[in-house]
Amino acid sequence: MPDAIVSIRNVSRRYPGGVVAVDDVSVDIEQNEFFALLGPSGCGKTTLLRMISGLDTPTEGHIYIGGEDMALTPPNKRPTNMVFQSYAVFPHMTVAQNVGYGLKVTGVPSDEIKRRVAEGLEMVKLSHLADRKPDQMSGGQRQRVALARALVKRPKVLLLDEPLSALDAKLRDDMRMELTRLQQTVGITFIIVTHDQDEALSMASRIAVMEKGKIRQIATPAELYEHPANKFVADFIGKVNLFEASVVSQKGSDVIANVKGLGKLKLVSDKACGKDVTIAVRPEKLKLSDAAPKVEGIVKAQATVRDVAYYGDWSEVVAEMADGTSVSVNVQNEKRSIGSAAKRGDKIWVSWQGTDSLILTE
Amino acid sequence: MDDWKGNRRVFWTLGTPGFFWLLLFFVVPLGFLFVMSFSDKAVVDGQVSITDYDYLTGVSNYIRAFEPLYLTIMWKSIWVSALATLVCLLTAYPIAFGICFAPAKWKPLLLLLVILPFWINLLIRTYALIAVFRTQGYVNLALGWVGLGPYDMLYNNFAVIFGLVYVYMPFMVLPLYATIERLDRSFLEASLDLGASQFQTFLKVTVPLTMPGIITGIILVFIPCLGSFLTPDLLGGANAVMIGNVIERQFKAANDWPFGAAISFLLMYATFGALALRALFARFSKGVGV
Repeated sequence: MPDAIVSIRNVSRRYPGGVVAVDDVSVDIEQNEFFALLGPSGCGKTTLLRMISGLDTPTEGHIYIGGEDMALTPPNKRPTNMVFQSYAVFPHMTVAQNVGYGLKVTGVPSDEIKRRVAEGLEMVKLSHLADRKPDQMSGGQRQRVALARALVKRPKVLLLDEPLSALDAKLRDDMRMELTRLQQTVGITFIIVTHDQDEALSMASRIAVMEKGKIRQIATPAELYEHPANKFVADFIGKVNLFEASVVSQKGSDVIANVKGLGKLKLVSDKACGKDVTIAVRPEKLKLSDAAPKVEGIVKAQATVRDVAYYGDWSEVVAEMADGTSVSVNVQNEKRSIGSAAKRGDKIWVSWQGTDSLILTE
Repeated sequence: MDDWKGNRRVFWTLGTPGFFWLLLFFVVPLGFLFVMSFSDKAVVDGQVSITDYDYLTGVSNYIRAFEPLYLTIMWKSIWVSALATLVCLLTAYPIAFGICFAPAKWKPLLLLLVILPFWINLLIRTYALIAVFRTQGYVNLALGWVGLGPYDMLYNNFAVIFGLVYVYMPFMVLPLYATIERLDRSFLEASLDLGASQFQTFLKVTVPLTMPGIITGIILVFIPCLGSFLTPDLLGGANAVMIGNVIERQFKAANDWPFGAAISFLLMYATFGALALRALFARFSKGVGV
């Protein structure tokens, strides 16, 4: 009996016709975690969430919630509640009726329903709209109703399917804060599905990155960003410069590799790597300078600025090296000045600490 | 879409043929019948004339329509129609639901099966029902194999209701199908997820959200049932006369057009009443999204 609150063991979901939505996934989600399933659309993250809720059934494997096998438990008997992407707030009921629905159908006494509905609405700051019908409310308000409706059931696990995707940018930021705050106050395990890496990085305590039905890496946000396990994760989470390279020699953790466009480099890797590898380095780890930096042990290359995108507090500079490979460099605009550090056509030097780059073997 | 005020010429070009069609073949005859309903057959040389009328003599026809004989038939027509509508609803709902949740490639075929009877003449279909239900019919034949019957299944209210259900079923299935098809499945999933059983979900979510289709179906079935005369005539015979048969007889066998016109208009007012109820309901259930 696994002691994680949600334990997914070798779960697959195959559809007739050969499509495999979820492919042999195993993951343990701990009590009180804010867990994110992150991946591009069609990666199987929503299917996995629906299988936890019971709305979809695994074709192979087992799902345990609170230590119990859920194979024969229908969705209405599971200790999970879901906030749907479309919110699915019942249009023929008032806000209070919506929030109380899950309590009413399970036979909770009416005075307790009243109390818990009031509490739930308080929690999402909608007490003043209790008698409204959903069609008189904004998308953000409807989402709060859906959230309160799920939370008053006091589930062991709250499942959120793309909760922020239908909100506009400002509201999305507010709701992100609100969800984190709610998760801390109610002390319920949250599992959120999202395709937005910013959302996952900023809210989740742990993230599972999925691709084509498989989990590619499970880690904390910082670990995912700084130590991606493979090219897919490195590329999906944030921006990254990738260089093809071949390993010349490896002694312990010291690796010498021949990197395309940069020549022979001294790099660090804590595991044995094969011959063909990919070198990854984040744009903010790169520095720009007019002259060749004179520091020993750093990676440097001359390049021509091709494009500059200005974002206010920072700029993205795209530069092209002698062999045609282009690199992205993020520059903080620290000084107040009109026009940024680099202009199109400038000859500049790009450099970074060898230890800031990463060797990816897959 | 633009409203027609912006495109008057298009509106009149497209609207004129239909407008004159309705005026000539619907409004004018209806007006004639309306006048007729307040008239009486003329008395010429002490004999009731067959072809001449005294126009606008008063409301005697309407008073006659409220005689107990006709009130009984009217009342019976209403409950037979109501029962037929109810049976239609109870049968059509699972059918419509089944079609909606069928694999996409099966849907057109299943819908075709629902409307297939429309391709065959009503009279022929009704005679076919007689062949099924008569004393030597197929049902009794089948019952005979297991040692039951034969039963008299024709010429009673059961036969009429069965016939009406059979004839008007598609009018119930189609509007139900249209609303159930539009119903967002996530409402049903949300209900299940919140702890409701399948049955609770059906009663508290599915039925209220498909109410517009239910109401439309009820009206589309109930109104023609109320005015039907062919089905009760052929399947009900003398034992199951409905108000439609009474009207038909006034215009044909009894040759009493004024009285027939009066009952026709009373039936029409009853129909308007039903439609007004629906409009009232629609106003109160605003927010369900009709």
